[in-house]
Amino acid sequence: MAKHHQFDALVVGAGGAGLMAALHASRQVNTAVISKLYPTRSHTGTAQGGIAAPLGNMEPDNWEWYMYDTIKGGDYLVDQDAAEILAKDSIDAIIELEHMGLPFDRTREGKIEQRRFGGHTSNFGEAPVMRSCKAADRTGHMILQTLYQQCIKQNVKFFDEFQVIDLLVQDNVCRGVVTVEILTGEMHVFHAKAVLLAVGGFGRVWQVTSNAHSLTGDGVAICFRRGLPLEDMEFFQFHPTGIYKMGILLSEALRGEGAVFVNDRGERFMERYAPTMKDLASRDVCSRSIYLEVREGRGIGGKDYVHIDARPETINRYQSGPGGKTVTAEHLEAALPDVFEMARVYLGVEPLKQGIPIQPTAHYAMGGIPTDNDGRALADAQGTLVRGLFAAGECACVSVHGANRLGTNSLVDLVVFGRRGGKAMADFCRQADFAPLPANPEAPAVADLDRIRSGTGKEKPGRLRDEMQTVMMQHVGVFREGPSVQQALEALRELKERFQRISIDDKGQKFNTDLYEAWELGCLLDLAEVTAHSALIRTESRGAHWREDFPRRDDANWLKHTFVALKDGSLETTYKPVTITRFEPKERTY
Amino acid sequence: MKVHLKIQRFDPEKEARPYWSEHDVDVAETDRVLDALHQVKWFHDGTLTLRRSCAHGICGSDAMRINGKNALACKLLIKDVGKKITVQPLLGLPIIKDLVVDMESFFAKYRSVKPYLVNDDDPGERERLQSPEDRARFDDTTKCILCAACTTSCPAFWANDEYVGPAAIVQSHRFIFDSRDQITDQRLEIMADTMGVWRCRTAFNCLEACPRGIDVTRAINEVKLAVMKGKAR
Repeated sequence: MAKHHQFDALVVGAGGAGLMAALHASRQVNTAVISKLYPTRSHTGTAQGGIAAPLGNMEPDNWEWYMYDTIKGGDYLVDQDAAEILAKDSIDAIIELEHMGLPFDRTREGKIEQRRFGGHTSNFGEAPVMRSCKAADRTGHMILQTLYQQCIKQNVKFFDEFQVIDLLVQDNVCRGVVTVEILTGEMHVFHAKAVLLAVGGFGRVWQVTSNAHSLTGDGVAICFRRGLPLEDMEFFQFHPTGIYKMGILLSEALRGEGAVFVNDRGERFMERYAPTMKDLASRDVCSRSIYLEVREGRGIGGKDYVHIDARPETINRYQSGPGGKTVTAEHLEAALPDVFEMARVYLGVEPLKQGIPIQPTAHYAMGGIPTDNDGRALADAQGTLVRGLFAAGECACVSVHGANRLGTNSLVDLVVFGRRGGKAMADFCRQADFAPLPANPEAPAVADLDRIRSGTGKEKPGRLRDEMQTVMMQHVGVFREGPSVQQALEALRELKERFQRISIDDKGQKFNTDLYEAWELGCLLDLAEVTAHSALIRTESRGAHWREDFPRRDDANWLKHTFVALKDGSLETTYKPVTITRFEPKERTY
Repeated sequence: MKVHLKIQRFDPEKEARPYWSEHDVDVAETDRVLDALHQVKWFHDGTLTLRRSCAHGICGSDAMRINGKNALACKLLIKDVGKKITVQPLLGLPIIKDLVVDMESFFAKYRSVKPYLVNDDDPGERERLQSPEDRARFDDTTKCILCAACTTSCPAFWANDEYVGPAAIVQSHRFIFDSRDQITDQRLEIMADTMGVWRCRTAFNCLEACPRGIDVTRAINEVKLAVMKGKAR
């Protein structure tokens, strides 16, 4: 028998978006946070470089330039009303974080210090601008810590290490979630007026990824399984600077501080691909350029990687440091301590003396659970709301990132839309009643877990995961082509079928991570299929979605969001127009 | 290359006491110890249980004892530990299963030091100002990821598990020396408790254990000095 709990508002996920939502919701209504990890383990903590806000602390800046950069960065698939909110609200969101105690780096005058980041410009694309607020290169760590600290101060109720298995949504009304307590294996049903999903991304679909092992898209997958649509799933960002082979992220702050990409010939090749912004072009542009260099045989030693060169002499030779100023080894060490340490620990490379081997790494889901500008989840492309269901952060698609997210904007998204979602959820709870739970609400979740636990087939989850990740890396990565994506889809469908025949070793109740990892693999397979399906359908190239067989952006046919939902066992695709308010789509060059 | 793993195991549903399991796995010398543990879990014995998430030394999930020393399994490379690798759970916290320990008491101690900024002045519409020097004063202790490697390497904690421990003191330091915070007196009082900072006997184990390179012993000594002086600055 499952244990039952009742809260007005339920937040699933304890990263930046979840904690921000919880802080704001719990000021008004009875709120709980459920997380499969201890909150401080959440992936927000790994964000390094910074969080944008046009504070103008270093040089002139304003929200309109920032809004424009976000829209252009997203290759015009961004909903511009949402981008305007992001750009305007970023300022007081960052101020709110400072007031909460976030230890931002400071200028001489004691203000928040800012630095450059890819795609962030002054005067609508003219030159890089210092917009990224930061705490050395552990900005995400400080955001996560600060928000968790405030939750403790505010006595927010947490259920740590609870795995969500099912979303209770019926007749377009969300009623709660079904979870399993990892420690005991007991089922817990949470009945709520409103649920806000802030469960993060699903980069573990790919082989080389910056994402945590726990980023398996569970919350996104359970929405999908309950028939809700997923938006723009073909757009997944590959970050250009992953540690070679391991995928661990080296922050874009490296390039903000002046580091440049270098190929086997020692050329600063971004000068050819992005004459104005060069190494600070958007991430999709940089990742493609790296692949093209590799394809032309100019990878280091002819292999599939290039160098990011952060040696002070290189930066000073190209005058690529902030404002063209001379940089010193001491400055770089102070600005990038964690990044340098990672290069030393994981690669044995001394970044002040050698180039660092990097390759693009699967990093960020632009797509996800469609929401309006207050985090309310959409039931369809017409904008019908799912009553009582909200989403925020990486798992959500507002869409503020469009076809490609700008660096720093994930953190801005977390605090801005986490806060808006939390407030909207609280407002909703104050006027709503509890919708009744279905009979035996935990039954489908129990059946799902029992099927895996009692499976006796020959297939092993570890092997299937490996195969899925390899397929997605080969066919649905930075470059895509129709027949190749089709091949991936077929392979994924076969993997899903084999997944029905898995068996696991651990049959126990207590802390059975064997069971939950296998269950997570099921989520990954679902999301991989939706991603490949969406990528196959979109016959154009835009932002992070690059089709070699359709190498142009096609606004006439494709200036629209993809919605994919499970209907009667197959994938149904519909479209939603992009909201254009201020900036007409034009050619995108950096 | 082949490495030999010896892992301390315990499943409360099956066994009365811990035992060792041994495995030979194929890894690259640039792999992490975590990769070797995953080899075991994914391809040899799925019952092996551990916590892990980010796999690059930031989330703090996978602190464990590796060849007798506390470390993050994702931040220690095979080439740095050798071909014989002994893995045990952190010492001094109750074992839940295999390498998973009960972290509740650790987080309770964290909460006991009021790990949040308190400043009741109206901050106005913009950021509070803080000089780079004031900001630098507590920089080191902001790096803490709450992995518990320091606390569970501390002989004073092993001797008395009521001791608040180095991790909680590091958190306290982070706020005591933040020029924006207003409850230094309360913080120093908490640290002056019999289970507070004076339990530290300066064994330096915490310093060696910290995977974030925090000078934990120095932070503890600065807190001791502040308690003696009755003020941070």
